[in-house]
Formats: sequence, C-alpha cells, structure tokens
Amino acid sequence: MNTLPAGELLELFLHFLTLSLLSIGGAMSTAPEMHRYFVTERGWLGDADFTTAVALAQAAPGPNVLFVPVLGFQAAGLPGAAAALVGILLPSTLLSLGVSRWGASRRDTALVRAFTAGLAPITVGLVFATGWLLALPFVGDPAHRNGALVLIALTALVTLRTKLAPIWMIAAGAVLGAAGLA
Amino acid sequence: MSPSAQGPAALADAPKRPASPFALFVAFSLLALQGFGGVLAVAQRELVDRRGWLSREAFIELYSIAQMLPGPNVVNLSLMIGDRYFGWRGALAAITGMLLAPFLIVIALAASHERLAEFPAVAGALRGMGAVAAGLILAMAVKMLGTLRGNLLGPWLCALLGLGALVAIAVFRLPLAWIVIGLGVLGWGLARWRIAILDARAARPEDAS
Repeated sequence: MNTLPAGELLELFLHFLTLSLLSIGGAMSTAPEMHRYFVTERGWLGDADFTTAVALAQAAPGPNVLFVPVLGFQAAGLPGAAAALVGILLPSTLLSLGVSRWGASRRDTALVRAFTAGLAPITVGLVFATGWLLALPFVGDPAHRNGALVLIALTALVTLRTKLAPIWMIAAGAVLGAAGLA
Repeated sequence: MSPSAQGPAALADAPKRPASPFALFVAFSLLALQGFGGVLAVAQRELVDRRGWLSREAFIELYSIAQMLPGPNVVNLSLMIGDRYFGWRGALAAITGMLLAPFLIVIALAASHERLAEFPAVAGALRGMGAVAAGLILAMAVKMLGTLRGNLLGPWLCALLGLGALVAIAVFRLPLAWIVIGLGVLGWGLARWRIAILDARAARPEDAS
C-alpha cells in the first residue's frame, strides 16, 4: 500500500475541499479533474489505477462518489481515503444544507432558471469527457482493444435499450475479462 | 412555469414518517447497499413506494434541487430528506447511512484487489469491469443529452457549451475549475439573456396565446 507524507496528504485534502464546490452535476463530472490531478499533475497513480478505481466503485453498492475515496486509498492508504471522502463532501454538504433551508421558493426566478439552463449542457459535456477518459486506456492497448471497445459499445447499447440492472453488465464484463475476451 | 411555483412540495402529504434519526440511518444504509450502479432508482422505490416517507412529487422536487447544487446528487438528496424530518441530526443520520457501509465495502475491495490483481484472471476481470463502467457512463451521457431538448438556450448554444466543455477536458486537459467558472458564467449569462428575450416576446400582445 502506498503512503504519502503528511504535507502532501494535507494538500490532497485542501484540493478536494475546493473541488467539492465545483462538482455540479454529480461526482462523475469531477472524474476528469481527479484524473488530471492524480495521474497527470501528481503522478501518484497510472491510467489503469484510475480506471480500476471507477470500476470498483461501479461494482460495489452505493453512490458513485465512492470512486473518490478509492483514489485516495490507492495513493495514500486509509488516511488518503478518509481525506478524499471528507474533502469532497464537506463543503458541498454544508452548502446544500444552507440552500435547502434558505428555501426552494426562488427556483422560479430568472437568475436561478438561467443558472440551471446554462449549466446543463456543460454538465453533459463533462459526462461525455468522463466516458472518453475511461475508455482511453483500452484504445491504447492493442492486445485488448477490440474486445474492450465492443464491450463498451454493447454496454452503452444495452443501457439505452433495456431496463437491465447495471450489476448484471458488470458481472458479464468481469466474466468476459477474466476469460481474456475483453 | 412549473406547477410547483408556490414552493417545494410539503412532506405533510406523505402517508408515513421515519420514527427517529436511527430509523433514517437504517433505511438509507439498506437502500445504499442495494444500489449497484446507481442509488437514485432504489431510493425512489424504497422511500416513496415502499416506506411512504415522501410523496412522488416531493421526491422529484427535492431531487431537482439536489441536482443543481454541487456535490453528489444522492448525498444531497439524503441530507435534504433527513434535515426536513429531524434537522441536522437527521441530515447526518441519512448521509452516514448512505455512505458508511458502501465505503467500508469499496475500501475492502480496493485493499484486496491489490493482492488479487497479481492473478491474470482478476486483472482481466477488472479490465472487463472497467470497459463496462466506460459504457455505462457514455450511455448516461447520451440519456442526459435528451434532457437538453427543452433547454431554453436552444440547440446551437447547448452544443457550443457542451462541446466546449468536452474539448477543454478531453483534448486540452484543462482544470475543471476553469471550465465550470469560465463556461459556467458564459452559459449563465447567455441563458439570462435568452430569458429576457423570451419574456419580452411573451409580453407582446400579438404573440399572446
């Protein structure tokens, strides 16, 4: 298990505190930034570690945001997991509590309607970017490229066309991958 | 204008209510543990259909607010429901229920996979699950695309903002903060301008229907 010195752990925590307020549209919209920070800027994790963290969080029950403590865990063990989870949730949670109490009665004012309408297409663009970054390691891996790309496309198709629960697709992906087909 | 212009749907129209913050904790733990690949649908079924703690209208109302705030949507939703029943203690109970058991499970998986990943079959399984995860996210993005149809910005401005965010992240690898603040302020301003135009058009008597 990796560890980080206390100073870098504190930096990780502070970075996640600021990210928290930017995570409009859910945890997955911050995934590209997590990738940039952990893989590109800090070099704490590789591309494959990053995709594994997202896959584990998808495979396990619970909110998708749990890929964030897994990244923290991979970089810095349990203290990293705790710093990442508390950091990413604390500011947004306090803000949400405040806004919720302030009341939803102003949702129909022009400024708030403009805010939701203006942010929506950006959120969609960010989720597409997340899908692209998750697919990227497969594009660069000639040994598994074709099987993985077919699996990605099939998953997207089944998700869009059926009501099948994701757990079955994840299980199928695990079986196909273990058999060396993807 | 939405039918709920008079404010958020009250919790009073729900048939039942949780007995205590601990009951909230248990309920949210159980629903989180069933939430493979997304908790939202399970939350709706458990809280609205099975336990009757929220009306369908109140659930949609709270979720639409949770969605536009920063932070994970289902975490924001848990906190709002908990807060409305038992104040901050309820909010804490609901969030802890939503996160604690799944956190312990996912960390246990992450810890054991480091040892298990030495086996080629396990590495292959994780690779296959990673491909499925990418497919799930791409499908979610396609579904979200459909919600933009009614956006008051119109298709061209939506495409401009969405593609701008995609290219800035996937090609230029810019930090998220620049994109949310830069493009976000642009999108906000454009949408406010569109509302002004739409309102002015609606105010003209010859266009009134």
